[in-house]
Amino acid sequence: MLSFLSKRLLVALLVCVTVSALSFGLMFLSGDPAIAIAGSGGRAEDAEAIRVAYGFDRPLVIQYLDWIGSALTGDLGQSIYFNVPVTEIIGNRVGVTLTLGFISFLVALVIAVPLGIAAALRPNGWIDRIALVIAVSGQAIPSFWLGLMAIVVFGVWYGMVPISGAETWQGYILPVVVLSYYAIPELMRITRSGMIDVLATDYVRAAKAKGLPMHLVISRHALRNAVLPLVSLAAVQLGQLLSGSIVIESVFALNGLGRLAWESLLRSDLPVVQAIILILSLLYVVLTTLADILNAVLDPRLRGAS
Amino acid sequence: MTDKMLDIRNLKVALPTERGTLNAVRGVDLSIAKGETLCLVGESGCGKSLTATALMGLLPRYAKVTADRFEMAGQDLTAKTDAKLAKMRGRDVAMIFQDPTSALNPTLTIGRQLTEGVMRAEKLSRKEADARAIEMLDRVGIANPAARLTQYPHGFSGGQRQRIMIASALMGRPKLLIADEPTTALDVTIQAQILALLGELQADLGLSLLLITHDLGVVAAIATEVAVMYAGRIAERAPVKDLFRAPQHPYTQGLLAAIPVPGLTPRGSALPAIPGRVPGLIGTMTGCAFRDRCALAGAECSQDPVPRHSPAPGRFVECYKAAEVAA
Ligand SMILES: Nc1ncnc2c1ncn2[C@@H]1O[C@H](COP(=O)(O)OP(=O)(O)O)[C@@H](O)[C@H]1O
Ligand SMILES: [Mg+2]
Repeated sequence: MLSFLSKRLLVALLVCVTVSALSFGLMFLSGDPAIAIAGSGGRAEDAEAIRVAYGFDRPLVIQYLDWIGSALTGDLGQSIYFNVPVTEIIGNRVGVTLTLGFISFLVALVIAVPLGIAAALRPNGWIDRIALVIAVSGQAIPSFWLGLMAIVVFGVWYGMVPISGAETWQGYILPVVVLSYYAIPELMRITRSGMIDVLATDYVRAAKAKGLPMHLVISRHALRNAVLPLVSLAAVQLGQLLSGSIVIESVFALNGLGRLAWESLLRSDLPVVQAIILILSLLYVVLTTLADILNAVLDPRLRGAS
Repeated sequence: MTDKMLDIRNLKVALPTERGTLNAVRGVDLSIAKGETLCLVGESGCGKSLTATALMGLLPRYAKVTADRFEMAGQDLTAKTDAKLAKMRGRDVAMIFQDPTSALNPTLTIGRQLTEGVMRAEKLSRKEADARAIEMLDRVGIANPAARLTQYPHGFSGGQRQRIMIASALMGRPKLLIADEPTTALDVTIQAQILALLGELQADLGLSLLLITHDLGVVAAIATEVAVMYAGRIAERAPVKDLFRAPQHPYTQGLLAAIPVPGLTPRGSALPAIPGRVPGLIGTMTGCAFRDRCALAGAECSQDPVPRHSPAPGRFVECYKAAEVAA
C-alpha cells in the first residue's frame, strides 16, 4: 500500500506541475495580455507601461515561477478589474459553488446508485425501464432549457421557490435539481452495468451457494466490486459539478465561481481567470487521486497486497 | 423418504430464449446413495450444469424448474423448494465450480470468504469460525493455513484456489457435495491431485459426491455410479464397472469406443467425437434425441415414449435398441 501511495502521489504532483504551467500559459494563448488590459482602443505606450508594470516583459519561465511561487504561499495576485487580492474575490464566491456542487453530487449519488442496483437486479423490469427513461431524457434535454422551465413552472407559476439568487436555502433547490439531473444518468448507467457484470460472476454464485442471504450477497460481494468503476466516474462527475456550473449559475443568478470565471473573461481580468482555472484543475487532480486511493482500499489487487 | 442422499425424478428446466422455449433439461432422474460418488457425464451443452444449479436452487429467476420428486439430504423439496433450499445451501449441500480463479471474490480475504457462511448459519464466533477454516484449509492441503486467512485470492495458484474452494464448500459440513467440472480449468498434473483430494475427502467424511465431468478417465478413477446425459436426459445409468464393461446405450458405446481398457484411460482425454450434431432443444421433441447420430436407429426411434429397460437394480437405459446393443 505504501509504495502504491507514494507512486500515486508522485504522479499527482507531476500532473499538478503540468496543469499549473498550462493554466499559466493559457493567459498568453489568448493574445498579448497587456493589450487586453489596455483595451482595444488603448495606445501603444499604455500597453508598454502595463507590460512593465505587470512584469509581462520578463521571460515566461521567470513569470511562471514567480506566479506559482506566490500561489504556493496563498497569493494569487491582484484582480486587474477590482484591484483587490484574487483570493478575496474567489473566497467570496467559492462557497456558493461548493455548496451547489456537493449537494447536487450527493443528491445524484443517492438517487443514481440505488436505482442502478435495482435496475441491475431485474434487467428489463419496470424499474430498469423507468431508469432508462430518466437517463435518456437527462442526456437529451439541455440544462439551460431545463433550468428555465423549472424557473417558469416552480418559481413563476407556482411561486414555490425563489427564482434566482441564493440568499436563502430554498434558492438552491432548483439549481440542485437541475444539476443532479445531469449527473444521474451516467452514474446510474455505470452502477447498473457494473452490477450486471458482477452479479453474473462465479464468486457471486459461490456466495449464494454458501447460503448467504441476498442482501449480503449484494452488499458484501457484488457492490464492493461494482463500485470500483463508479468511484472513478464519481470523482470526475464531482469535478464537473464543481467546475461546470457556469450555465446553471448564470440561469439561476447564483454568484459562484463559474459565473465569476465568465464575468472575469469578459472583463479580461486575467489573474482571476488564471486562478480559477488553476484551482479547478488542481481540484480534478485531488479528486482523481482520492478516487484511486479509495479504489486501492477497496481492491487489494490495486495496492499490490498479498 | 429413502436412505438416499439425493433422489430426483423427472427434473425439467426450461429457459425462455428469443427463439422460443429452450427445454434444456427434459426429465432427468438422478439418485445418489449416502457416501456414494455419482459421475454425471455428457457432451458440453447437454444440461449438466443446469441440472446441478437446479439442485442448488441457484438458477436465474426466469428459468422454469419442475420435478415430480425432489428429495435431498433427508428433506422433501418437491413442494416449497425455494425457501427450504435456501436454508440447506452451504450446510446440507455445497457446490464447487469449474473455474477457481473466478469463484473467489478478489476483494475479500480468504478467511472472510471461508467463514462468512458458517458464522451466520451456525452462529459461530470469529474465533471458532477461524479455527474451522484453518482445519479445513489444512485438510485440503494448504500449507501454513493460519497465515493464509488474511491473504487475498490473487496470491494463489489455480490449483490452490480450487483447494480453497473445496475447503470453503466443506466449511458447513455438507452431506452432499456437487462439483461441476472442478478440474477442467486446471493443468493435467494439478487435475490429478485435486481429484485424488476429492476422492479422499469423500471417503474420510462420508460425503455423497455428485461429480460432473466430460472426462471418462476421471469417471474410471473416482466414480461408483455413472449417469450418461444426452440432450437433457439421462440416457443410461449404471455402476461404473458395468458401464465400462457392457454399455447398453449406443451413445455410451460411442463414448467408450475410444477407450481400449476400462480404468486405464489416461486422465484428461476428452470425450471422443461422435459424428453428427446434438438436436436443438427449442420447443418440443418426440422420440429418442440420439437417433440422428445412431447407427442402429429405426422407424420406432422417433416414437414416444422411448422405453426404459432396467436390467439390474441401480441400472437403466433408455433405448429401443438396448437389446441389440447388449447382444
Ligand atoms: N441462463 C441460460 N439461458 C439460456 N440458455 C442457457 C442458460 N444456461 C445454459 N443454457 C443453455 O442450456 C444448455 C445446457 O447448458 P449447460 O447445463 O451449461 O450444459 P453443460 O454443463 O452440460 O455443458 C446449453 O445449450 C446452454 O447454452
Ligand atoms: Mg457445464
